[in-house]
Amino acid sequence: MPQPIDPLTLAHFQMTAAILFVMGVIGFLTRRNLIIMFLCTEMMFQGIALSLLAFSRFHLNHTGQTFVIFLLSIAAAEAALALALVVLLFRRKRTLDAQAWTQLSG
Amino acid sequence: MTLHTASWIPWLPALAAVLCGLCCIYRPLRILAAPICILSILAAFVITCCTYSNIVDTDPHATAHVVKLFTWISVAGFSADMAYYLDPLTMIMLIVVTGVGTLVAIYAAGYMAGDRGYARFFAAVSLFIFAMTTLVMADNLLLLYLGWEGVGLCSYLLIGFYYQKPSAVAAAKKAFIVNRIGDLGFALGIMLTYQQFGTIQYAPLFEILNTQSPSTASTAVQVIPFLLMLGAFGKSAQLPLYVWLPDAMEGPTPVSALIHAATMVTAGVYMIARLFPLFELSPYALPTVACVGAATALFAGTIALCQYDIKRIYAYSTISQLGYMFLGLGVLSTTGAMFHLFTHAFFKALLFLTAGSVMHSLAGQLDLRHMSGMRRKMPVTCWLMFAGCLALAGFPFTAGFYSKDTILADTLAKGLNEHNRLYILLAVVGLVTAFLTAFYTFRLWFRVFMGPTKYDMGDEHAHAHAAQEAHPPGHSDITVEHHHDAHEVNWLMNAPLVVLATGALLAGYLAHNWLPELVLNSSATPAHLGAQHAAEHQTTLFGIDLHLAMMIISSGIAVLGIATAAYYHWLNRPAADRVAAQWPSLVRILANKYYVDEFNNRVIVEPLRLLGYLCFVFDRLVIDGIVNLVGFIPSLFGLAIRPTQRGNLQGYGLGMATGTAVLVLIVLVAYA
Repeated sequence: MPQPIDPLTLAHFQMTAAILFVMGVIGFLTRRNLIIMFLCTEMMFQGIALSLLAFSRFHLNHTGQTFVIFLLSIAAAEAALALALVVLLFRRKRTLDAQAWTQLSG
Repeated sequence: MTLHTASWIPWLPALAAVLCGLCCIYRPLRILAAPICILSILAAFVITCCTYSNIVDTDPHATAHVVKLFTWISVAGFSADMAYYLDPLTMIMLIVVTGVGTLVAIYAAGYMAGDRGYARFFAAVSLFIFAMTTLVMADNLLLLYLGWEGVGLCSYLLIGFYYQKPSAVAAAKKAFIVNRIGDLGFALGIMLTYQQFGTIQYAPLFEILNTQSPSTASTAVQVIPFLLMLGAFGKSAQLPLYVWLPDAMEGPTPVSALIHAATMVTAGVYMIARLFPLFELSPYALPTVACVGAATALFAGTIALCQYDIKRIYAYSTISQLGYMFLGLGVLSTTGAMFHLFTHAFFKALLFLTAGSVMHSLAGQLDLRHMSGMRRKMPVTCWLMFAGCLALAGFPFTAGFYSKDTILADTLAKGLNEHNRLYILLAVVGLVTAFLTAFYTFRLWFRVFMGPTKYDMGDEHAHAHAAQEAHPPGHSDITVEHHHDAHEVNWLMNAPLVVLATGALLAGYLAHNWLPELVLNSSATPAHLGAQHAAEHQTTLFGIDLHLAMMIISSGIAVLGIATAAYYHWLNRPAADRVAAQWPSLVRILANKYYVDEFNNRVIVEPLRLLGYLCFVFDRLVIDGIVNLVGFIPSLFGLAIRPTQRGNLQGYGLGMATGTAVLVLIVLVAYA
């Protein structure tokens, strides 16, 4: 039976997760480089994963940890796909600027 | 030959129209169009002649024969059959339509050669013969109306035959629209006839009409003739609906001869003659017809004096002669009217076709001032036209002489018998018009064929273009130049004219006993003709029999008119100019056709156009405004929402973040 980690409380973990997530959001909204934006989304992912892990640990429920394992594997696949797309987009326009692709709005 | 064969008369030309239409589509067959058309009309003529004996000779006083093909319309007590009413009146019309039709079609085979619309022309002519024979053979008013509209359609198609020419298109539209005004009255008349009598079939209708008299007829019944009259005035180009006929000369000349002189325009005369019992029910209908006819005859005759376009002179002459026919109908002389219709078909077709030959030879030149002394270039045409002119002028013992005299003598007889000054006045108007007719007819002939030989070629003509197309470019110049010089037309075109010229000279003498008898054995017999006829023969003028007196007077007038024309337009041409210079305003008014077109334009066309413009503005501003406003509202929404879909990745991210934040806030506030 795992014991709660003293003196760290759930709030500390949640705060860290929130900070990670918000940093990701801010990065996503402010940067225009596609790779940086992609990394920011990864950071948001990690924030979420961390919060799930924390809940799992403090509520003594393994579902959260299981879910994070799934999440990571899917994130890996998605990362491969997304980077491939970024490479393609770069080859087309020789730039990584997200603004270069606004006409995709149709 | 049984009577049933007569039902082939309209349908052979209809079949020919379809075949000619196929020839239009498949161009290598187009040379077959003329033979198909000619043969079908000729066959119709032969059938007419064969059935003639069945109808007329076997029993001269027999009632009409009805040949029923099938039931055309049958709705709730109303029925109209595709049936043909064969009586002597129909036979006269059929002889004219198919006989003149055949001759004109043969002429047209030569005249239209090389024209790009060769097959189209013959398809329309065949269709016209179908419609016209249906019109004259119809057994009921609805079928008559079908033929009536059919000839109107063919007239429209053929006036607008040279559809690249704006003037031809305008003339075609004018003819169609003016006829529409008359046809509205005609249609209303047919409906009122059905409402009043419960039938539109001739035979039952005439039976009912025989039991009625002007004193017993209701007001509604007395209105019917006036409505029908409107249709007749439109189709037969009488005042005030005559304006389309002069412009209709934009069509090819054979069409002017066949449709706008010999046959279609006489449909109004035929219709009134056919429905004569109906017209007799109103005491005012026939006098109105007589007055309009005489007024038109004089009016158109004066206009013809100062025109320079050959075909237009003949067009006004046609209007004038149709006026005579209506005068004849109006004074109960249906025999005279039908007789004049019969003879007029010959000589007017001849005159138009010879005018067409001149035009053909001079590459489209129609202006009298640009031709003179053509008799040396075209001797045959010259003397053929001379025969036609004699007949039109009413020179003694030609066709026009007999028929015109019948009408004028009957008019005068009616005036003298009834002591009615109106009819005496109408007879005098007729005599004045006879003088004008002789004068303008021979003015044209002397101007064109007599005097020094001098002419200018026309500048544009379908034949010239066609000739250029037909010949290979290498040696085309020489050939076309040869074609361009004035020349006598070939015998394919002249042969039918010889037949017509014979008719123009002899038809009056040959038919002056035979034809009136036919008319009197049909529905066109005036109810109280017996009494009038007896009285008429007692009428004398200056102690001589009235008819004889009239013959002497009108021969004198015709010779006088011809002599005057000969002096002013052949022997002493400068004198004509001096006379014209003395009355410049009169000449100007006549040359401008009394400014009737300008008047109609100002009083009818321009207000209508203004109304149309106002409707257009209202439509643009109010109706389109409302519709556009309704359409603008959704686009406003779009305008508001569009910035959210700008394709900006950060924008979408911000939207998502804001949305999520708002949702979180709501949850927080709700659970706080």
